[in-house]
Amino acid sequence: MSDVLERRDAAPLDDGHLKVVGTRPVRPDGADKVTGKAMYGADLAMPGMVVGKILRSPHAHARIVSIDTRKARALPGVKAIVTAADFPDLASEEFEAGESAGNLRDLSQNVMARHVVLYDGHAVAAVAATSSSIADEALALIVVDYEVLPHVTEVEAAMSPDAPVLHAHMFTQGLAVTPDKPSNIAKRNELTRGDLAAAFAEADVTVEGRYTTAAVHQGYIEPHACVASYAADGQCQVWSSSQGQFMIRTYCAKVLNLESSNIRVTPAEIGGGFGGKTTVYLEPVALALSRQCGHPVKMVMTRDEVFRASGPTSAGVMTVKLGAKADGTITAADVVLKFQAGAFEGSPVGAGSMTALACYDIPNFSIVGYDVVTNTPKVAAYRAPGAPISAFAVETAMDELAAKLGMDPLALREKNAVRDGMKASYGPVFKNIGYVETLEAIRSHPHYTAPLGPNQGRGLAVGFWFNIGGESTAAVNINEDGTAVVISGNPDIGGSRASMAMMAAEVLGLPVEKVRPIVADTASIGFSMLTGGSRTTFATGMAVTQASQKIVEDLKRRAAMLMDVSVDQVDWVDGVAVCRDASKGKADLSLAHIAEKSGQTGGPIGAQVSLNAQGAGPGFGVHLCDVEVDPETGHVTVLRYTAAQDVGKAIHPAYVEGQIQGGVAQGVGWALNEEYIFDRTGHMENAGFLDYRVPVASDLPMIDSILVEVANPRHPFGAKGVGEVPIVPPLAAVGNAVSAAIGKRLTDLPMAPPKIRAAIDAG
Amino acid sequence: MPHVVAACSSCRAFTGDVAAFDVEAATVREMIRELDRRYPGFGEHIERRMAIAIDGEIHQDALFAPLPPGSEVVLIPRIGGG
Repeated sequence: MSDVLERRDAAPLDDGHLKVVGTRPVRPDGADKVTGKAMYGADLAMPGMVVGKILRSPHAHARIVSIDTRKARALPGVKAIVTAADFPDLASEEFEAGESAGNLRDLSQNVMARHVVLYDGHAVAAVAATSSSIADEALALIVVDYEVLPHVTEVEAAMSPDAPVLHAHMFTQGLAVTPDKPSNIAKRNELTRGDLAAAFAEADVTVEGRYTTAAVHQGYIEPHACVASYAADGQCQVWSSSQGQFMIRTYCAKVLNLESSNIRVTPAEIGGGFGGKTTVYLEPVALALSRQCGHPVKMVMTRDEVFRASGPTSAGVMTVKLGAKADGTITAADVVLKFQAGAFEGSPVGAGSMTALACYDIPNFSIVGYDVVTNTPKVAAYRAPGAPISAFAVETAMDELAAKLGMDPLALREKNAVRDGMKASYGPVFKNIGYVETLEAIRSHPHYTAPLGPNQGRGLAVGFWFNIGGESTAAVNINEDGTAVVISGNPDIGGSRASMAMMAAEVLGLPVEKVRPIVADTASIGFSMLTGGSRTTFATGMAVTQASQKIVEDLKRRAAMLMDVSVDQVDWVDGVAVCRDASKGKADLSLAHIAEKSGQTGGPIGAQVSLNAQGAGPGFGVHLCDVEVDPETGHVTVLRYTAAQDVGKAIHPAYVEGQIQGGVAQGVGWALNEEYIFDRTGHMENAGFLDYRVPVASDLPMIDSILVEVANPRHPFGAKGVGEVPIVPPLAAVGNAVSAAIGKRLTDLPMAPPKIRAAIDAG
Repeated sequence: MPHVVAACSSCRAFTGDVAAFDVEAATVREMIRELDRRYPGFGEHIERRMAIAIDGEIHQDALFAPLPPGSEVVLIPRIGGG
């Protein structure tokens, strides 16, 4: 079930009479996916192709003394073997690619370990062979001599002064005085406002708690996979599943010291990414192997490798203290966030800090974040990176504050909610936000007042995400029969092909079925930042819309030529050129007619727009969750879930609902079951879906979504990003519901049955 | 004259305890140049690491975005996503 609640603001192209945008057409990628014809990363086969596999470290931390590949090279069928020696030894260098800066040395050394392995699963060598079994046999013949080093996998243990140091070059940034000893704390950041001590001194009520979340994986069903071919003339081709073909091109060029013009990357259909496919693991390795042997090389991670060697998101340890007046006005907040970065710096603690209090208008606060390296896989982005972790801590504390105040949890949120014109905790003034409307949507929903039974509890939580714009290119071409093709450079991870086609169809006046959206390779369309940050429908949609508008202007010009009137006499109405002056007796000209005559009016009809979209609007979510806890087993059943979200304008409402439902499902798993478990040696013990339990359909109720449409006037149709907000509130919404059901406050994720049983048993 | 606020702690490595600035600038680039003149190295830090909110609207890589007189400009860490 879904409701759409609308508050109309100014969106340039939304006149209230949209014909395509806001409808629910059949998805253009649906047939291929349900019939098994879609080409995913592992599906491509090429003549002469060989199989690439990676030898991974069995140690969490060790010095590589030597690697002997001689026996493996001698094995018949082995075509190539690479180690770090086959990659440039890159210096530390910040570089721009995709959404933000990265460090070239770290990226390269995560792809292939150099001198030291930093986590169980770290790549040490790779083999290309004529068959999978020969590749496996060759991996077993590679002799690596390790000097095992002390390791540390837990965040707070890694922050200890006597912890094993992962990087001798790492000195904590962000301190008043630069330290003289290396540390696993890569960075400290801080956001402050007002006089915190005075505010706490004057507070009528305070609550304080410590909260933890476990490292969890994005859990995409399709593993990382690619085929790479390095030709004798240096021309490279890569086919891979990722969230950005241009990102793959840039990273491969950087890691292998190649020119971008020599690399063509074709995006495969993607079987889930959720942020985890915004970096490279296999592609540079496959290219290096192909360069050595001359064959195309296919590499596909096993599920074990996906867990052990591709990015999860951070484990977090947080403390939150809130102070409030007796009427519920929050006057003070003190938040400390310690996020696990994995083997290299770069946890999402910055975003976690900026989002932690973003839903609230609090005059005095301090938010301190720590980015901490550990002997675990380098974290990668995961939907709204960092925000769910800090939201779990803050929203749990908010629940405790509401209880202590004797106040309705929703009323507490309403009383302290940010509104247009208020300054966000991270600095800027909010504009065109729909948070209050989203709170209202939950308050007025039947779920909010529905009765609960024995052993049942209800939890509420809210969440925020910025959403971004960025660089995008899109092209629209009109075919000779009047149909259209929309070409973009963004892999479709959440329905972007449908929304691109719909926006083009709306502007062109075509039925959406007449518009074919495709995602092009890096040589066939201009640059686009990767698909992430909830940017594609906003930014690439803007490019599609502008390209379509250019075409409409061109169509009017050509129609004027065919009608023998001036262009200002021609209107474009529902896909037809109409002469304004009826007395001239000019017949209307359809798009198909103009397209048919395009050769006589100047040639093919098409337009391409490249832009850097600014003005993405932030989104807010409010989630309500009912659970029932079996007091005998501690098992949690999620009974009912309602999620309201400020979505701007839902271009394709069914996809938006899908984003919300998917985010909730992942959040439920994060809250109840998912976690990386390491043994004493730092080896991951549950690297498979049997032991790392993600929710399945039978674990979940129907998730009701409420689309609150408060338009973003900077998008032609009012769209805001929608893909990340939905995973921010569920951790705390579920956790608060579980705590309510058992009458005990739980503060550590996942809230698996043993923890719940222990809390019940503690009395 | 735009009023510039550096909301995050990473800026303090360049500006010390100063977190707000009045800058005579008509564009983001002019603002960055002026801040770099006052605090050497700050300009590159802003260009590489910071997003810029102009009267509440977040911009990234928008060197030539205009800064209206009296506008509030907030420097915040660049934002990515998943």
